[in-house]
Amino acid sequence: MQVDRVSRQYVIRKLLIMIPSLLGISIVLFALLALAPGDPFDELATNPAVPPEVRAALRAKFGLDDPIWMRYWHWLIALLQGDWGFSFVSRMDVSTLILQRLPVTLVVIGASQILAILIAIPVGVLAATRPYSLFDQIANTFAFIGFSLPTFFTGLVLILIFSIQLDWLPFVYRADIAATGWAFYWEHIKQSIMPVTVLGLFQGAALVRFVRSSVLDVIRLDYVTTARSKGIGERKVITRHVVRTALIPVVTLVALQMPIVFSGAIVTEQIFRVPGIGSLLITSMLSNDTPVVMGVTFVSACLVVIFNLIADILYGWLDPRIAFR
Amino acid sequence: MNERELRGLIGKVKAGKLSRRGFVQAMMAVGIGAPAAGQILLSSGVAMAQPASTYKPTKRGGGGPLKLLWWQGPTLLNPHFAVGTKDQDGSRLFYEPLAAWDGEGNLKPKLAAEIPTKENGGLSADGMSVTWKLKQGVTWHDGKPFTADDVVFNWEYAKDPATAAYTIASYQDVNVEKIDQYTVKVTFKKATPFWADAFVGTRGMLIPKHLFADFIGAKSRDAPTNLKPVGTGPYMFKDFKPGDLVTGVMNPNYHQANKPYFDSVEMKGGGDAVSAARAVLQTGEFDFAWNLQVEDEILQRLEKGGKGSVSITPGGNIEFLLMNTTDPWTEVDGERSSLKTKHPTLSDPEVRKALALLVDNKSIQDHIYGRTGPATRNFLYGPSRFDSKNNPIEFNVDKANDILEKAGWKKGADGIRAKDGKKLKFVYQTSINQPRQKTQAIIKQAAQKAGIDIELKSVTASVFFSSDVANPDTYTKFYTDLEMYTTTMGQPDPGTHMLQFVSWEAATKDNKWQGRNITRWQSPEADKLYRETEAELDPVKRAASFIKLNDLAIQNQIVMGIVQRPTVSAKTAKLNCNISGWDNNTSDLSDWFKDA
Repeated sequence: MQVDRVSRQYVIRKLLIMIPSLLGISIVLFALLALAPGDPFDELATNPAVPPEVRAALRAKFGLDDPIWMRYWHWLIALLQGDWGFSFVSRMDVSTLILQRLPVTLVVIGASQILAILIAIPVGVLAATRPYSLFDQIANTFAFIGFSLPTFFTGLVLILIFSIQLDWLPFVYRADIAATGWAFYWEHIKQSIMPVTVLGLFQGAALVRFVRSSVLDVIRLDYVTTARSKGIGERKVITRHVVRTALIPVVTLVALQMPIVFSGAIVTEQIFRVPGIGSLLITSMLSNDTPVVMGVTFVSACLVVIFNLIADILYGWLDPRIAFR
Repeated sequence: MNERELRGLIGKVKAGKLSRRGFVQAMMAVGIGAPAAGQILLSSGVAMAQPASTYKPTKRGGGGPLKLLWWQGPTLLNPHFAVGTKDQDGSRLFYEPLAAWDGEGNLKPKLAAEIPTKENGGLSADGMSVTWKLKQGVTWHDGKPFTADDVVFNWEYAKDPATAAYTIASYQDVNVEKIDQYTVKVTFKKATPFWADAFVGTRGMLIPKHLFADFIGAKSRDAPTNLKPVGTGPYMFKDFKPGDLVTGVMNPNYHQANKPYFDSVEMKGGGDAVSAARAVLQTGEFDFAWNLQVEDEILQRLEKGGKGSVSITPGGNIEFLLMNTTDPWTEVDGERSSLKTKHPTLSDPEVRKALALLVDNKSIQDHIYGRTGPATRNFLYGPSRFDSKNNPIEFNVDKANDILEKAGWKKGADGIRAKDGKKLKFVYQTSINQPRQKTQAIIKQAAQKAGIDIELKSVTASVFFSSDVANPDTYTKFYTDLEMYTTTMGQPDPGTHMLQFVSWEAATKDNKWQGRNITRWQSPEADKLYRETEAELDPVKRAASFIKLNDLAIQNQIVMGIVQRPTVSAKTAKLNCNISGWDNNTSDLSDWFKDA
């Protein structure tokens, strides 16, 4: 009971700290975007067919002529009322734009995270239980290759092999598939294979190294030796005693990576034309669509803060030695 | 070329000795775009040609989906707000203008019943008005009839500055009135030889009155139809995700018989140009890809598969080199390249002449652009020899050396020429773009051989082309000696294009560097010629003045052309489509079809 109360207090305290930190983040983001060079209506200035009045009217309409602090204040008040702003470029609500992209992002990036975990945990554990064995060496080599090769390279290689040479998989991702029933799912799976593989392998490679070192740390501890000397089978020692402990830092790492699922993968989305949040962010940046950039980055910031808290709590729950104070 | 020569050319077209296409090309070479050239012919009694339709399908639909790949997807679908071609192209799936431009400057009626001419009474003799007869029996996608009220409404909508329509320039200086249910009259404030601007082409797409009437002026951004177009076009709106995908289905009541051929259309965005070319030419996942700014070498390799081909459509875009007439290295009253200064070395005409001889257009075409950038000297050589296609492009290092030597620019110990202590050292800027950096290198190398030292500078495109007043690296500030970028002649009237040579348009601090004259060239003679064109009613005389003005700028080596930048697209082998360099890529979408 005592612990429960303490931990509840801890969570509440952490939540309260989140408010000023999010405010701080939003001020920094807003100021950066406002001070950055570029103007969403730049294209108009260089277009001889558009008279300057139009640009002036637009700037006034979107409140771009107000001082920065006032624009920030308007933005904040609107946000508190659930209004994320209005895109200069697409002339629609930022929240609609983000929600349109969210399902694809969650599916593709989420699947790649799952793939990464599914690969990393067994490979990492197996490699650690037989350090410097042939398997370990191979796994290590592949892990190094995996996270040294940038996604744009592996993506192109996959496209060249599977789309162009073999003609098995499409390399343009389409969110709208006309088919229904099984064909619908099959088409979606087919077009997701390459982007998910590229991202999954990239993230999985780093995770393999992490899991391996974490398991290696634990496997030499006295309690493991004790467990073995009690005559418990090797398999049981690994799954019950080693992995459970060793995975604590891995869980934290994965939790901290979760915001990425939302913010998308800019490069990979660009290569496969996945209409995710990452590609929304990059096109909005290129066209100086600050409300959208602000919306996406701020949501990411919120998620990072929240998942940090979740990681903290998970950590304490998994490892009771860590006290909430 | 003077007026007499121009009339002679028109006479040749009339007599059938010169093809319409030949005339249009000749005009393009002197800075007059195809639409304006078409109007010159029309005013001289050469009717616009209506090329025989190549459309084969005998029934509507049945063609399956048409898949278009625009590597920058449309971000909005209201044609009056469409900034770039991507948005206009996307809007054009659903909306149509009264008439569209084809590649040779002919107008093709879309929502108009016929093209106005003097003969059919559409054009007034004094050039003060044009009367459009509308096609009858056309309905919007929601079933409401299309009438003159819609046309008048589009004018009211676009001309209101509070609407903030990007098309305002085409509508604010005209008056539009309804004559009857299917006739509208456009009246100009002053006699206007170039009448086909409002309601025509890229800025002429018409939106329905009944859905936008409540959203005129300041409320324009709230119109729900901004995101769900209801037009008259061949395809009806289905779904839109900005920057990603636009989809549409066949319009069963389209106003042209047996069209369109495809059951549905989708325009996918995102990615990059090379992979877009791949998706059409190599894997055939898509039928058509737009604006392939890709090196020709790569395109040729992709084409080898035989699944599709690259089509190259001439338009008005020219990559050109500008020489600063002011001093970019001295600051006067808080601005460099001030009108109060003179360039220390480039102000010597002999230096300019020599530099012009050092631009190796041919190599730039051969080694960099290939088919996607035919070498052009039109800015440089210009008029008197324009119609000779075998014009050898003059690249001559020895001659350049000779000119400089004679003018007193002597080589110093470092191999760089100097006179009166001023060295021939230039900074040459452009945006970051691989072909541009290669072009810079070719010019630098040649200049070195002539004792001119060129320092290359490349600026991120988003900065170079921005209008950021605080940034010294924008192309309008031109704080270097030389710069290079692509200029468009896409504007329907050459008037805007030619503003780059008049003194009052000089880009300065006072106009926040918004002036069109980037080189800041000050020439009373050029100003006088431009004033002449403003008062001139006869399109032929007017064109002659424009040509003279262009000529003057070229003889003074203010600018020089490097290569043309035609529209490059990829299409699958079976697809039949006409692309016009003077209108949207999708302007003729209703006539696209696939061979069975």
